[in-house]
Amino acid sequence: MGVLVDESTRVLVQGITGREGSFHARACMAYGTNIVAGVTPGRGGTMFEDKVPVFNSVEEAVAQTQANMSLIFVPPPFAPDAICESTDAGIPLIACITEGIPVQDMVNVYRYIQNKPVRLIGPNCPGLINPGAKCKIGIMPGAIHLPGRVGVLSRSGTLTYEAVGQLTALGIGQSSCVGIGGDPIIGTNFVDVLALFDADPDTDAVVMIGEIGGTMEQDAAAFIKSNFSKPISALVVGSSAPAGKRMGHAGAIITGETATAEYKLAALKDAGASIIPTPADIGTTAQEMLRSRGLLK
Amino acid sequence: MNIHEFQAKEIFSRYGIPVPRGIVVSTPAEAKAATKEMGGQSVVKAQIHAGGRGKSGGVQLTRSPEEAEVAAQRMLGSNLVTPQTGPEGAPVDKLLIEELADIKNELYVALTIDRGHRGPVMLVSTQGGMDIEEVAANDPQDIYTEPVDPLMGLMPFQTRRLVRKLGLDQAVASDAAKVLNALYRVFVDNDCSLVEINPLIITGDDRVVALDAKINLDDDSMFRHADLKEYRDISQENALEAQAADLNIAYVNLDGDVGCLVNGAGLAMATLDVTTAAGAAPANFLDVGGGATPEKVSSAVKIILSDPKVRRVLVNIFGGILRCDIAGEGIVLAYNETGSKIPLVVRMLGTNVVEGKKILGDSGLSVVFADTLTEAAEAIQQIKV
Repeated sequence: MGVLVDESTRVLVQGITGREGSFHARACMAYGTNIVAGVTPGRGGTMFEDKVPVFNSVEEAVAQTQANMSLIFVPPPFAPDAICESTDAGIPLIACITEGIPVQDMVNVYRYIQNKPVRLIGPNCPGLINPGAKCKIGIMPGAIHLPGRVGVLSRSGTLTYEAVGQLTALGIGQSSCVGIGGDPIIGTNFVDVLALFDADPDTDAVVMIGEIGGTMEQDAAAFIKSNFSKPISALVVGSSAPAGKRMGHAGAIITGETATAEYKLAALKDAGASIIPTPADIGTTAQEMLRSRGLLK
Repeated sequence: MNIHEFQAKEIFSRYGIPVPRGIVVSTPAEAKAATKEMGGQSVVKAQIHAGGRGKSGGVQLTRSPEEAEVAAQRMLGSNLVTPQTGPEGAPVDKLLIEELADIKNELYVALTIDRGHRGPVMLVSTQGGMDIEEVAANDPQDIYTEPVDPLMGLMPFQTRRLVRKLGLDQAVASDAAKVLNALYRVFVDNDCSLVEINPLIITGDDRVVALDAKINLDDDSMFRHADLKEYRDISQENALEAQAADLNIAYVNLDGDVGCLVNGAGLAMATLDVTTAAGAAPANFLDVGGGATPEKVSSAVKIILSDPKVRRVLVNIFGGILRCDIAGEGIVLAYNETGSKIPLVVRMLGTNVVEGKKILGDSGLSVVFADTLTEAAEAIQQIKV
């Protein structure tokens, strides 16, 4: 099982002929992901790596290949169009890796997809992976993952790998890992994915990694308190960040007290999450939590 | 990207938002002449990319051209320190000389993107001319927030409501509504992340005027705003931050002595946290990015090494798109070119980690390797500075 993606996921890659798109499409295929189509307007009729047909439009790709997910590597000026095109073609799940989409474009994109049958992960995210299903849809290094029963949820890319690396080193496998993205406006938030993990019979517990900026961690805390039945450990990075400065991620900026790591951690602690003291303690805190619940020997 | 008040007012003027008559000057003589032009009295305003100027000597009311000249002499060429600049302050190269305003009423108006609403919101308050963070903390009921639907834009019923919330009477209602509508156009057309008028004033003769103007632009939208790019003033940015921005490296200068080279924003923040938790202080946040070449890594390392505060360097690379050997090559390149002897703690994982460590190990540089974040932090702590 796992969440959102598994063996039945048929992936279409938008921007498959670009530098990033082709590199990562190859890496996903090598991991075992079922990539069924590529889309690059103007390059239709060609083959990617001799086995994946490339189409001019998402509509054609879906009709020919029954693709049911789109992975987007299109540059920022054109990524909003790519998201909307997949939505229009009826694709139910989109992961947009692209970093640097103007915020006001995402405002409009969110408004466009809002009431349509689609879930957008990202943008500015590493994607998602289900190690047990050999399904990697994103830019994470596949080799660090281990099939297992802990869900990983994060706003970051490399820090997610750090978390997964620490878990795997302790023999703790992952059911699914979802990077929701570091931008101020993203399609799927912590609460959405927590609900999916809560309903997934193959996820025993969750490791959640937040950061400064916004109030998504507080929303997650409120959800955990009232609706979440599984053990969860949480980290919020950026406690040493100065106020008002953008720390790499466009969304990671402290604008007022509620955006600070301290405030977010207090809310999560109050909700009953095991707090991960520093980013070096992700694996050990999860291990301790699993042991105390009898989920690990 | 931040821009100056006088630039924001240029944009306002283009959209029909009334601003006081003003002249931008860069010498005391010009300040004197401009004040004469204003009828012998003026407000002299230092142009820096930070608020809090009024309380810090950056805004002065002058009653004669000579007084304006003296004020200009004091401000120009100095570094103005305000609560928002940090202790080093921001350099004052330009002044805005404005006519005096006859203020009857001071209001606050702003537009920004609200993450919860996932769209623009307009904020208004009757407490204009105040620090809005203070108003939010002490009198939150005095700030009214109007969410705007991006497809509909700011609707007339919304502007009428905002005008009501501002407590404005019929004499100025229509002019105020025009300003609010124009401000929304400014926000959308220019991809702003923030537009703020504090204060928006009502004059004695019932005119609505933007006495101050603040605009922050979305860096990510610059590909379609070549004209706005020209508003950039590098002198207002930290020199190292400006250099990094030109190389497309996310870099924030901090106060400590541990230079940090990391790939990925989240991991970079985590690295600062671990360093701080170990009792050391980071000199910077740096995310070198995914698709970096040895040259780009080298440029990043040179930025770190050119910060005089840096006494030790912590490298934390989780090789994915960025391979460890590329990182290793870049680091060695920068050290060789600068001849730096600053000791390194290197933690590398992932793609081509063996090759990366070998490049650094064979380089003759002072390198301590660490396998985990904890070990890396301990190793940094043990370097005597």
